[in-house]
Order: sequence, then structure tokens, then C-alpha cells
Amino acid sequence: MEKIDMKFIDSVLEHHDFDRTNIIAIMQDVQEKYRYLPQDALTYIAKKVGMSESKLYGVATFYGNFSLDTKGKYVMKVCRGTACHVRKSSNVLQALYEATGTSEKKATSDDGLFSIEIVSCLGACGLSPVVMVNDTVHAAMTPDKARELVAQLREGA
Amino acid sequence: MRRKLNNLEEFRALKAKCIQAHEAEKHKVLVCCGTGCMAGGNLALYQELQKEMAAHGAAYEVSLTDSCGGECVGIKRSGCHGFCEMGPLVRIEPEGWLYTKCKVEDAKEIVEKSILGGEFIERLGYHLNGELYKRQEDIPFYKKQTRRVLEHCGHIDAESIEEYLAIGGYEALMKCLFELTGEQIIKEVSDSGLRGRGGAGFPAGRKWEQVAAHKEPVKYIVCNGDEGDPGAFMDRSCMEGDPHKVLEGMIIAGVATGSTEGYIYVRAEYPLAVSRLKIAIQQCEELGILGDNILGSGKSFHMHINKGAGAFVCGEGSAMTASIQGNRGMPRTKPPRTVDQGLFEKPTCLNNVETFANVPDIIKKGAAWFRSVGTEGSPGTKAFALTGNVVNTGLIEVPMGTTLREVVYGIGGGIKNGKKFKAVQIGGPSGGCLTEEHLDLPMDFDSLKEVGAIIGSGGLVVIDEDSCMVNMAQFFMNFICEESCGKCTPCREGTTRMNEILSRITQGDGRMSDLDELRSLGKMIQVSSLCGLGKTAPNPVLSTLDNFEEEYIEHIRDKRCRCGVCKALSSYVITDKCIGCTKCARNCPVNAITGTVRHKHVIDTNVCIKCGTCKANCPVNAIKEG
Ligand SMILES: Cc1cc2nc3c(=O)[nH]c(=O)nc-3n(C[C@H](O)[C@H](O)[C@H](O)COP(=O)(O)O)c2cc1C
Ligand code: FES
Repeated sequence: MEKIDMKFIDSVLEHHDFDRTNIIAIMQDVQEKYRYLPQDALTYIAKKVGMSESKLYGVATFYGNFSLDTKGKYVMKVCRGTACHVRKSSNVLQALYEATGTSEKKATSDDGLFSIEIVSCLGACGLSPVVMVNDTVHAAMTPDKARELVAQLREGA
Repeated sequence: MRRKLNNLEEFRALKAKCIQAHEAEKHKVLVCCGTGCMAGGNLALYQELQKEMAAHGAAYEVSLTDSCGGECVGIKRSGCHGFCEMGPLVRIEPEGWLYTKCKVEDAKEIVEKSILGGEFIERLGYHLNGELYKRQEDIPFYKKQTRRVLEHCGHIDAESIEEYLAIGGYEALMKCLFELTGEQIIKEVSDSGLRGRGGAGFPAGRKWEQVAAHKEPVKYIVCNGDEGDPGAFMDRSCMEGDPHKVLEGMIIAGVATGSTEGYIYVRAEYPLAVSRLKIAIQQCEELGILGDNILGSGKSFHMHINKGAGAFVCGEGSAMTASIQGNRGMPRTKPPRTVDQGLFEKPTCLNNVETFANVPDIIKKGAAWFRSVGTEGSPGTKAFALTGNVVNTGLIEVPMGTTLREVVYGIGGGIKNGKKFKAVQIGGPSGGCLTEEHLDLPMDFDSLKEVGAIIGSGGLVVIDEDSCMVNMAQFFMNFICEESCGKCTPCREGTTRMNEILSRITQGDGRMSDLDELRSLGKMIQVSSLCGLGKTAPNPVLSTLDNFEEEYIEHIRDKRCRCGVCKALSSYVITDKCIGCTKCARNCPVNAITGTVRHKHVIDTNVCIKCGTCKANCPVNAIKEG
């Protein structure tokens, strides 16, 4: 398991005044660094803000954006919002699954490079179908462009 | 760092300075930096334009704060122009030219020809049916719109409070701080007839009145920027393109209702909106437009931003306040209502982004002006995200009461690829579909409710003849199943059952009795769910059942999907159009296609895995699905 930098967690907690009502923002900051929420970090945070671990777990698992599992280096968010759906985003998703060796049940590839996530709308519907890799939006995707993108990222990795 | 303003006179002086600097920019280049055009590489173009200007030794500025005093050219990053389909976009003022599909390489030509030479570059202009449209306002997509909320989107630097001030920004707030009483503000909003743009259409003035009536010292203003409806992005463009307008509306609400704290809840998927809002808030704080004792008026207001974490249900009022408090975002039973006991159990005025963005103009120009467009019961305009199988996708704003035909054909330019119109899905997972027969219906809050749809937040997805309505219905039901918070049984279990039935129908295992089952389950969920999510969840299914029952029946009885969307029911056939080019056979991953050169090929349906590669690759469109 990854080593957690408690100093970093402390700085996040401090930034949010150790305030229990800021727990979502705290977890967002932690996830931004580690790309997921390490268990040790959660235990530590719960203690520091005075919240039971189960309650914190409840919040963390309620929201779709939080992940308790490690993520690949490239998190590919495939939009399955309405606009993307009617422009056949499912074919793009399929191509990404095949190209990265992932599936509906297995979100992260064995080489730890790719995680495929399905999101419901990235708000870039005018450019549908859309795939967002880390924070970059890729517009008007096709299965071919999806395969190319994976190949490019793999090369650059 | 900006100098803090202490009173109205200082505000006026700053404003005069901003106007002066604004007018000194005899040319402006507005590079669209909305999410769409940024994805298209417009940030690089923005930088390249500056380099080119420098290379030509021409004076330019990127911000009014570094105004050179004399005449010069402004190169600005604007918010979304709405015409994302044609992006990346660049607008040149004062001519009002719009350049479409711009690339970094075009920077040199834009600078040399258009900025320094005053010449239009035809290559970058917008062409439609062989005609060239130079001015943005003449393009049919824009000409037929009435832009009020989105008036500034794409026309000003979205990261500059000085620019917002130069075009009359925060004037309305000054009026509220120094001229009007709280009751007068609320009366103006009530008289305008402004109804909430977040879906339900509740009169904004009445909500404000209810919050103002509470004598508690602590009350809250919450701005709903969750925009969970998949296929909608109006609020995003508003927050990205004109963030100060949203803030101004919220501060006015605070002054009117006597609250001093505001929260904006933005979806996590909107990082750019968050950053633009943060910049705007910081600028306001520097100038003292946010903070304690705003411009010496004795009124205070503080603004906070919360980022959502990917739960659709958080768009619901009580779930949103729970989420801001750091809890699971689950709705609760009402009453007590949010206006009485909302955020931190205090009276809370919760409105949608677009609702707040309408407020400054109502105060500045008056209720009568606001009512000059729209319908009697739904005055004003509405922004829609026009997407799907339509030629011009993008962000539009039209008067309430505009017909669907005007939107889809007049502004949207009709259906993509010459296909036939089938339906429009409006209101997302809570909405329904409108068909051919509704094309001439004036759309407002009330008229749509009568035909089983809703304006909702304004997502408008055009569906062509190739889209299967059963699949659409299942798509939304699947979404609801994933997003149901699980608190109440009708929504949690009921939608799961409906989803199972729909999935069986699309798999070819449906029964005729399923249709009645869907209807009765749907009605039950509508009446017995806890919150709006469940209450409206069956709408897409019931609405497609009403309008497209024959498609359901085909799936069940004939095991056929006429659009070839439901893979389990479709098979691929090669028609007589085949020219025997062998391309399909070569591309088939499972070697299911046989045939000889220049002769018609055949697909072995027992081997075929229905991947669609052959159809996608056929040069003469000879492969049919269905
Ligand atoms: C499941 C669900 C999701 C909602 N999502 C949103 C949303 O994304 N944005 C929004 O403004 N309102 C949303 N609403 C409506 C809000 O509950 C609320 O009515 C609205 O924000 C009030 O603002 P308004 O009166 O200005 O429209 C949602 C409601 C429900 C039940
Ligand atoms: S539906 Fe995909 S970006 Fe909106």
C-alpha cells in the first residue's frame, strides 16, 4: 500500500479548519493528490475532525467521485450523458475497454496506466461524444480516435 | 491588488475609469475560452495572437487593469459564445465578426489582415448554404435568439471585474444598497414574474419574501449550480462566461432577504466554472463589493464555494444543504421547507444559477422590461442546451413561449445528416419527450406540463429516426437507478424493477403484460416517492410509452428494433447496394463476411458479433441494421 504523507493530510485539514462540515472538500483535496482515498488517510481524518469512521465511510461512499481503490495514471472519464449517448458514446466506451484491457467490472488496467470511468455529463455536450482524460476534454470522439488516444498515452507514459 | 472602495462615489469613479479604458480599446479580439473551445486549442491561439501583436510592434492589452491609457487593441479571453459546434471561435469587435473553426496557425493572418488591416478573412467566416455570414448577429443561429442572461457571454473578458463594471455591472447592486428597501427589491422581483429556472418554476419573488419574513439573524443564500441533468450546460456557461452576474444576483438576494452568507454549489465536473467564480469572488473582495459593510452601506455579504462530488440527487434542495454541511446528500421529508429550515437549519433562499443571473437586469431595467418578452405566466427568456442529432448544437436563449419548431429548425438548423425528426427529449431524467405534433406548441412552464413534459433545467436533446425510444427510456431509467439515493423504497426498488423490465424488453425477452406493469409501477413511484427525483423518475418511460407505444410493441412481439440500436434484436444485412469492394470482409474481426470481388457479400449471422465495424467502413452505405 502507498505510503501516506501525513504532513500533507495535516496541511489539508488545517486549510479547512479541521471543520467537520468541510469534510467533502477535505476528501476532494486528498483525492486530488492520491487519485483515490487511502484507508489510512480516512482513519486519520476521521479522528482529527471528530467524526466516527463509519460516518466518514458513509459520506465517502455516497458520492460517485470518491474512490476507495487505487486509480490508473490516466483516468479516462467517458461521458454517458444524454447528448453523448445519442451520438453513440457506447461505441467509444467499448473501444476504450478493449484498447486498455479493462471492462465494466474491472475499471483499472493491469499495468496501472488506465482507469475507465463512466460519468453522466461533462457539460461539453456541444462536442459530444466526449472523453475527459485527467482534466483535458477530448471532443467528438470515435472508436478510432479512442484507440489512437490510448496508444498515444501509452507511448508518452 | 485592487484598492478597496469605501463609498458610492469611489465606485462611480472606478466605473468611469473602466468605461474609459474599455472605450479606448478600438479593436477587441475575443477568444472564446469556454470549455468547448479550450478543448479545441483556443488557449494556444490566445497566446499566439499576443505574440503576433508583439512581433508587429502593435500596442495591445489583455486586461483593463493594465490599460495603456491611449488607444489600443484588447485581446481577451471570453466565456462561451454558445456555438460550440463551430468552435474554436474568435470574435472581432467593433465589427462583430465571428471566426469559426480557428487554429493556432491562423493567428498571424488574424492579426495582419483583420486587426491591423481591417479586412475580413472569408476562409474563417461562417458559411451556410453557400452564403457567407460575416457578423455574428446575422448568423441564423444567433439572429433568432434573444440573449439576456447570456448577453455578455462571449462578449466580455470573463475574468475581469473591470470589464463587467464598464458595461454596467454592479449598478443594480448599488441601487439595492443605496436606494431601495428590501421590500422594494422583492416587490420588483415579484412583479417581474420571474420563476425559478432550476426546474420547478416556483416564483422567485415569493420565495424571497418567505425568507425575508423570518426575523432570525442568520439566514443563507444558496445558488444551485449542480446542473445534474445530463445533456444540459446552461448554468455552466453562465458561471464560466459571466460569473459576476451570478454573484451580483446572489448579493442582491442577500440584501433583500437580510442574509449575509452565500454558498454556490458547483458540480465537480465544472473545474473551469469553479476557477472563474473563485477569481470573481476574489476581485469582489478586493474592491469591497463582498465583505463587511459593502461600500459603507452597512450591509455585508460573504461568499463560499462548494464543489459537488458526483451525486445527481444533490441538485435537490434539502440534499444540497445536507451536502454543504458535509453529510450524505440525501433529501429529507418536507415540511419543514428549505425557506424555513434549510442550510444549518436556518431559513434559506435556494435558487438556480440562471434565476440569480436574471435578477440584476430586473432591478436595473424594471419588471415591465422583463415582462416585455415571454408569456403571461412565464415571462422572460430561457436558456436551453440544444444537443443531440441537430445541425447546430450549442447554448441558446429564447423568449419563453417560443415554439419547438423555431428552436429545432430556425436556430438548430434542422436534423443532422438529412435524417428525419423523431422527438425532442426535454427536462432530462425528470422530463419527457415532445414529438412532431408538439412542434408548434409554445413552450413555457405550464404548456409543457400539460403534455407530460417539463422545461426542467433546459436540456433539449434532439432525437432523429435512428434513435430507439425504448433504449432512450432505459437510458434514463438506468441513470435514475444509479443516482437514486436509496432512502425511500418506491424510488430505490421501483425504479430498479422498471429498469429490469426495460432491459428485458430491449433484450428481446419482453412480454406484452410488461407495458401495463411499467405504467402501474410508474404511477405508483410518482405518487409515493419522497423527493422530486423519484416523483419524476418514471416520466421518460411514461412519456415514451404514450408517444411511441408501437416501438415497445415491436420490441416485444416482433423481437425487432427498427433503429438497430438494441443489439440483441438487430442483425446486419448487406443490401444490393454492395459493390463487392471486400472492405467489410477484410475488416470483420470474426471473419463472418464472405464474398468475392465485385460481387455482393453476405454476413453469417451465426458468427456475427454485431460490432458494426462493417457498416462503419462500407463506402457505399450498403449495410443495413434492423
Ligand atoms: C433530483 C433533483 C435534481 C435537481 N437538480 C437541480 C439542478 O441540477 N439544478 C437546479 O437548479 N435545480 C435542481 N433541482 C431543483 C431544486 O430542487 C430547486 O427546485 C431549485 O434549485 C430551486 O431554484 P429555482 O427556484 O431558482 O429554480 C433538482 C431537483 C431534484 C428533485
Ligand atoms: S452529455 Fe456528454 S458532455 Fe453532456
